Amino acid sequence: MRVLVIEDDRETAHFLQKSLKESGHSADVAGDGETGLSMAQGGPYDILIVDRMLPRLDGLTVVKTLRTEGNRTPVLILSALGDVDDRVKGLRAGGDDYLTKPYAYTELLARIEALARRAIPEEQETKYAVGDLVLDRLSHRVTRAGEPIQLQPREYRLLEYLMKNAGQVVTRTMLLENVWDYHFDPQTNVIDVHVSRLRSKIDKGFDRPLLHTVRGAGYMVRDGAV
Amino acid sequence: MTALSDLILKTMATQAFRVAAASAAAFLVVATLIVGTLFWQTNTLLTDHVVDELRGEAAELSQEAAGLDPVAFAERIRLRSRTAGTSLYFLADPSGRRLAGNLETVPSEIAGSHTGGVFRYRRDGDAAGTDRLGVAMPVAIGAGVTLVIGRDIDDQLALAAQIKRTFLWGFGALALAAVIAGLWAGRSVLRRIDLINATTRSIMAGDLSRRVPVTGSADELDELSQSLNGMLDRIEQLMNGLREVSDNIAHDLKTPLNRLRNGAEAALRESRGADGYREGLESTIEKADDLIKTFNALLLIARLEAGVVEESAEVFDLGRLVRDVAELYEPVAEEAGLALAIETGDGIEIRANRQLVGQAVANLADNAIKYSARVEHGPVPPVITVKAIARNGAAEISVADRGPGIEAKDRDRALRRFVRLEKSRTQPGTGLGLSLVAAVARLHNGAVALEDNDPGLKVVLTLPRRA
Repeated sequence: MRVLVIEDDRETAHFLQKSLKESGHSADVAGDGETGLSMAQGGPYDILIVDRMLPRLDGLTVVKTLRTEGNRTPVLILSALGDVDDRVKGLRAGGDDYLTKPYAYTELLARIEALARRAIPEEQETKYAVGDLVLDRLSHRVTRAGEPIQLQPREYRLLEYLMKNAGQVVTRTMLLENVWDYHFDPQTNVIDVHVSRLRSKIDKGFDRPLLHTVRGAGYMVRDGAV
Repeated sequence: MTALSDLILKTMATQAFRVAAASAAAFLVVATLIVGTLFWQTNTLLTDHVVDELRGEAAELSQEAAGLDPVAFAERIRLRSRTAGTSLYFLADPSGRRLAGNLETVPSEIAGSHTGGVFRYRRDGDAAGTDRLGVAMPVAIGAGVTLVIGRDIDDQLALAAQIKRTFLWGFGALALAAVIAGLWAGRSVLRRIDLINATTRSIMAGDLSRRVPVTGSADELDELSQSLNGMLDRIEQLMNGLREVSDNIAHDLKTPLNRLRNGAEAALRESRGADGYREGLESTIEKADDLIKTFNALLLIARLEAGVVEESAEVFDLGRLVRDVAELYEPVAEEAGLALAIETGDGIEIRANRQLVGQAVANLADNAIKYSARVEHGPVPPVITVKAIARNGAAEISVADRGPGIEAKDRDRALRRFVRLEKSRTQPGTGLGLSLVAAVARLHNGAVALEDNDPGLKVVLTLPRRA
């Protein structure tokens, strides 16, 4: 995946470039808004990581300009401003996701991977299947090895989101934002409790666990070890 | 002397004095116009009267002259002259010799004139006296004979002049009084404004406890002073709040920063190999994350206090939000050996920031679980009750726990900005949960109340609906 990082802090940009490379992606860096905009206009990128406050041209303007030109590349906005209003402004400007500094790299990675996936037009899948776990999106039924599993509505949506992103890390914040639509800090690790309840329903009594915990990052649904 | 002239200059520059001086000037102009008109009218009337009289007498005398011989006529004039009062007469034969009358000669001003006019003369035997003013006209009574009759108008003019003088003095005195009153009013206003100025200057110099004196007269200046004092109270309160806030922030951030540094130092010192370092680094990241959480909470409270989250307000169903958030915490409560009772009304639509209200409810639920879990209990799990109801046009969210509660004397403090009660500093979490709930309430013009749940704490968050 080709990533363009538009970030004026050199150390941060360098850290991101190095980390993305280690994660198997290639990354270019632009140090200011103008350079970033022309680089984004020039080359095909799978994802843009745009800092909000940039010299010469601020991040929101970069995103707005790209969007008016019809550029649909997914954008993750990075910002030190974490206010709900700031988030709304960022998304209104055309950003696809918003991450507040300071952030964990694992969080950033999980988010850009999810964004890149979302950009590929998925055929309206009516069924998600991982191993012998099947989720039917039309009938809202879940089965494992053919046996039906009873899920609460919220548990169903949690599993649906995890299975949609099967094979990819999903962070706690991503679950909170996408399954619950909450953009605040729940203080305690409430998500862990919900995931472990879900796990007890889908993995208990089976030899091959499908819902894995990824240390220091989040969760992943996958047939096989992480 | 300079102080006095300074004072007068300053007073003259006041609004009160300017208004007084301007109205005095306007009054003078109007008064002068009125007096002038009156004076002119009176004069005209009097003069017309004199002229009419003279004409009448002239007609009378020409009739008499026609019926009498010249000697008898001269006798008549002599008689009239003797009892004349203000009347003046002069009768001469064709040679110009005076026959009768109390005028010495024909006044030069009207000699040769057919209509007469105003003239100056001296009274008989009053050689040392002053010139007097008279009006005279010639009377035609036959060839060669000269008759001039007149009236002394000196007294009349003197009276008019006297009236004019009286009026002018009177108005002058009135205008002077008005100016002095203006000066006095200006000075008293000025003195009070000087007091206000002196107070504000000493406040600017750092003494925030000073207040503008209020005289109790309930006038505009008192009102201004009261407003200023009200503003100063608020500023002082904010300043004190700010001081407390920075102290609290310093404590809340420096303590975990110190812990983080200590941990990193310890990991470096105890060379335990790669695994040891990994463990040390992981614990460092964990502590950094806690620090970030605290920092985010502090920052959010600060932003809310500044009141800048209007853009993202929306209308939503509060009952549903409270139910959803409570359900998010339900499994956590169960794992902690607690029961969560959720009672929410339907259709409680409010206009607010959904994320912030959600955060507030989450904080309340989280606190309730944390504190209730710490209290020993029997086989029946204690119940935490989360409610959302509509009451008196407002929406009311309440979370009641079975924890240790907060003592009545500490309740006010617990809701203050950035305040953590001593007990909560040693607990996990940022300890800023309640402060944030209070900030969310303030932002939405709502209120938070801490009540006794007997045992436990009941927090009531009231929000206006504005839907």
